[in-house]
Amino acid sequence: MSAGEKAAGAVANYVDERTGAAKWLKKNLTKVFPDHWSFMLGEIALYSFIILLLTGTFLTFWFDPSQRDVIYHGAYQPLSGIKMSAAYESTLHISFDVRGGLLMRQIHHWAALFFMSSIGAHLLRVFFTGAFRKPREFNWIIGIGLLTLGIVEGFLGYSLPDDLLSGTGIRIAEAIIQAMPIVGSYLAFFAFGGPFPGTAFIPRIFTVHVLILPGIFLALITAHLMLVWYQKHTQYPGPGRTEKNVIGYPLMPVYMAKAGGFFFVVFGVTAFLSAVASINPIWLYGPYTPGQISAGSQPDWYMGWLDGLVRMFPNLESHIWGHTISWNILIPGLIIPGILFTGMALYPFIESWVTGDKREHHLLDRPRNVPNRTALGVMSITFLLVTLSNGGNDLIATHFALSINQITWFNRIGIFILPPIAFIITKRICLSLQRADRELVLHGHETGQLVRLPHGEFVEVHEPLTPEETWKLTQHEQRAALEFKTIDENGVSRPKGLKEKIRNRLSRAVSEQVKKPDGDDLKEIEHH
Amino acid sequence: MSKEIERLSDPGLPEHVHRRTDTDPAAAKQAERQIAIFFVLSALGTILFIFSYIKIPLDRFIFIPILGSTNAHQLFLGLGLAFSLLFIGLGAIQWARTLMPDTEVVAERHEFRSSEADRADFVATVKERAASAGLGRRSLIKRTLGLSLGLIGLSPLLLLRDLGPLPKTELETTSWAKGVRLVIDPSNRPILPSDLEVGAVAQVLPELAPGTERTLENVAKDAVLLIRLRPEDFKLSPERLSWTYQGIIAFSKICTHMGCAVALYEQQTKHLLCPCHQSTFDVPRAAKVIFGPAARPLPQLAITVDAQGYLIASAPFSEPVGPSFWERSS
Amino acid sequence: MKRLSRYRRHRFAGPVLLVFALFMIGTTFSVADASSRQSQTSLTRTTAIAEGRLIFLRGCSSCHGINAEGGSIAPSLIGVGAADVDLQVGTGRMPMADMTVQAVRKKPAYTPDQVAALASYVASLAPGPAIPTDVVANFERDGSTAAGGELFRTNCAMCHNFAGQGGALSGGKFAPSLMASTPTQIYEAMITGPQSMPVFSDKIITPTEKLSIIKWLKAAQAEPNLGGASLGRVGPVTEGLLIWTLGLGLLIGIAVWLATKAR
Repeated sequence: MSAGEKAAGAVANYVDERTGAAKWLKKNLTKVFPDHWSFMLGEIALYSFIILLLTGTFLTFWFDPSQRDVIYHGAYQPLSGIKMSAAYESTLHISFDVRGGLLMRQIHHWAALFFMSSIGAHLLRVFFTGAFRKPREFNWIIGIGLLTLGIVEGFLGYSLPDDLLSGTGIRIAEAIIQAMPIVGSYLAFFAFGGPFPGTAFIPRIFTVHVLILPGIFLALITAHLMLVWYQKHTQYPGPGRTEKNVIGYPLMPVYMAKAGGFFFVVFGVTAFLSAVASINPIWLYGPYTPGQISAGSQPDWYMGWLDGLVRMFPNLESHIWGHTISWNILIPGLIIPGILFTGMALYPFIESWVTGDKREHHLLDRPRNVPNRTALGVMSITFLLVTLSNGGNDLIATHFALSINQITWFNRIGIFILPPIAFIITKRICLSLQRADRELVLHGHETGQLVRLPHGEFVEVHEPLTPEETWKLTQHEQRAALEFKTIDENGVSRPKGLKEKIRNRLSRAVSEQVKKPDGDDLKEIEHH
Repeated sequence: MSKEIERLSDPGLPEHVHRRTDTDPAAAKQAERQIAIFFVLSALGTILFIFSYIKIPLDRFIFIPILGSTNAHQLFLGLGLAFSLLFIGLGAIQWARTLMPDTEVVAERHEFRSSEADRADFVATVKERAASAGLGRRSLIKRTLGLSLGLIGLSPLLLLRDLGPLPKTELETTSWAKGVRLVIDPSNRPILPSDLEVGAVAQVLPELAPGTERTLENVAKDAVLLIRLRPEDFKLSPERLSWTYQGIIAFSKICTHMGCAVALYEQQTKHLLCPCHQSTFDVPRAAKVIFGPAARPLPQLAITVDAQGYLIASAPFSEPVGPSFWERSS
Repeated sequence: MKRLSRYRRHRFAGPVLLVFALFMIGTTFSVADASSRQSQTSLTRTTAIAEGRLIFLRGCSSCHGINAEGGSIAPSLIGVGAADVDLQVGTGRMPMADMTVQAVRKKPAYTPDQVAALASYVASLAPGPAIPTDVVANFERDGSTAAGGELFRTNCAMCHNFAGQGGALSGGKFAPSLMASTPTQIYEAMITGPQSMPVFSDKIITPTEKLSIIKWLKAAQAEPNLGGASLGRVGPVTEGLLIWTLGLGLLIGIAVWLATKAR
């Protein structure tokens, strides 16, 4: 035994005598993880979170979360002598006077953008492959929670420097709070410690941003990962893969190296982006004052869809018995997001209700084999793209020489007609792909080689599929539509018939698919 | 099993294909060298980072194509950090790909559902112990427990009361009152009507009482935009016309939608545009909303001149300025 | 010829010929264009106002009227002053080539002497803002960058954006980027209120304050990209675009490589 092995043995003994960890560690070090690039999207989010914690802690050592007025006499000359808040001044100090300060600021902000975009990409992957189905419904809900809280955390984070752009965003947030019926003005005054902008808001959101939300994130992410660990990761279907096994590589050494290495890759790419691309240059924006505004003011991208919704909404406001209800703020600012996030969170339960599928699933779906779900997903992406593009409508107008009013109208109408069109097109494409798969299984690959048969006919030689390819194209399950009886044997309509009728209808739609080839089909082909 | 069914069934895990590094020791050595190069590049990255931190001054700029004139300290510090991290990752990944075993391992999934015996056991245990606590029988305990727990939930809520004052009339009042002079933002000079040409705008705030400081809370309600048109351009009611002075009209600058500063005046169309959500207000018609999500026109400030000829407010705003709220009656 | 014809079926033959043809068309056009411009300058030397009038009649009167009285498609120029002409014609906005919503800055159609002549002529029609002199000489000395920044953010940023990159107005109009504007042009714009821009009278923004704004804008034009490539200085939209393209693209690319089997 080498000296190193002796030392390691001593340490292991010490720990095991106090915790009994040997068995538990052995079991987990040999745990198997399936390997696919699309499984790394969630990891990007996880590693970005760690990067945010590290760089964020660094920033707190210099950032002053105070709105008291100071006069700037620092390194950035164009702001010399200008009155600003201590928060803004300390951010300037970090950017100009602290070595590595600007780099840490930029890594922190780029990591935040990575965090949100990778959560989005990860959500789409989980959605399109059906990984949210039983037993992973709770993990999906935790994920939606992480998404929602991430949006808030990011908004609060970039509002901390109290610059003109983010201050405008806070003004808009205050208007949303203020618009709430009955309690709005009280909540706004409580949140801001008085009239807007006050001096209490930045210190308070600092606590939320640095302590409360990260604490909640740590708890939720831990739960999220523990569930994945315990329930084992899903896997793509393929030869040898069943609902009862998981095929991949063991934690030690392969997954440790790959996942651990990927952490360094994410950190490295984020640092690279922070070295070469400027982000949130607050010294150019100037300090916040309610009397100033810049053309082309937008929130960060993950809130851009909210901005787009607000921009396109008609100016509806009601005055009832001496009181005002601002539908133009409440609907796009609170009600629609509320419906969207609640709907997203409940989706696994909605889908299992429609399909009647209560079984466990560990094999992922190929998106083409679940046309309605895939079409729903593309429809949601279309909705997001329409709202996002409307959030940037003024930049689109200037860069493409268009009229901002026309862009707004295009999006006002497009938000209603483009998603359904996307749904229909996607569903048709999925069914076509199913048909193509079926043809491939039945007839094999086209080789482009022509052969002339003895009786004169030209035929193209088709190469049959390998068993692995065949399995990949036919392993999916195709369930018939649910048929809930709405009228019983005596011809009496069931009292709860409406719910069942809806379910039937949806189930029929969901079960629309191209029949995959079975034994009979193959027999037929043989006779050609 | 018929031939057709067999064709459609799971062929099982494919044969493991060995990598070059598995069979050829020279290839494995080459892979090892490649990984070593990655790790050495990472070390060089760290050296670049340390060098940049210590040696490159904060105010040195360097021209790089695409990046433009960029800060050399920040760029090389960042690149050093990026390479130091990235290459560790790439090295570790390549190590896993080429040299660590890549035979796929099959592990069994276990049913999550507990056995019937375990479940029955659990239910029985919980029932028995809940019964032994006596909660079901002792309704007095149950009810008073509910009372105490429910009440204690109110305490933290009450602690939040001093987060802020009650709004009272704050949202409805501004610093503008009869006789308050209009002054230019940020220089605080008073304004004569002749200072403005037709087509001119001015960013305006109320003159401060001597000895008072202007706070941002004041600005958030008091900011006003002054615009000069030709008197014949107005399409106002007689009352609103009386609030103008020789073609000069004043509006609250705080957007009635969500509170951004509406200062974007299009001289030719005489529209005011709010850059946040594109609410558009028509100045000749008292800032009537003609596009966008704002529901109400910008409140108009009645102006006239004082004895010295400087522009003053002739009355406070006739309605609350800024975004709507529940208590707002119009 | 035989040596050349050997390559006629080469796979690059098409692209090479295309590039050559484009090059020939381009150079032919610029030569022809330059020669047409030559003839414009060969005018008889008269006084500036008379010369200006001749240029006006040839190049501007079809829209602005024989006596600059304006019409349905172009405003009257009587009283706009030399400053307005210097700005509009000097930045190439006038003559307006593309009759869309708004004139755009482009290569000026006239030489600086011709612009001066036009300005003199228009100034002779009625009193109006004169071309500001000594702006370039004085803004460094008399202006304050920081004060100029405050003034810019209060009076200009809502149209031109915090960094002078320009912004959208209603109906397809726009406030242009100020990154190419000269100090004199900036001053002229403030006193003449071109197109949609309001007028910033000298009592509202004093001449010294105007010089401060110019000094700040000059600093903004020279502002280095402290944190790396500037991404347009238009805010979070381009940052979001970059993260979804280059950012996730790089990471997903490496993830794909990570999961591939080594050869």
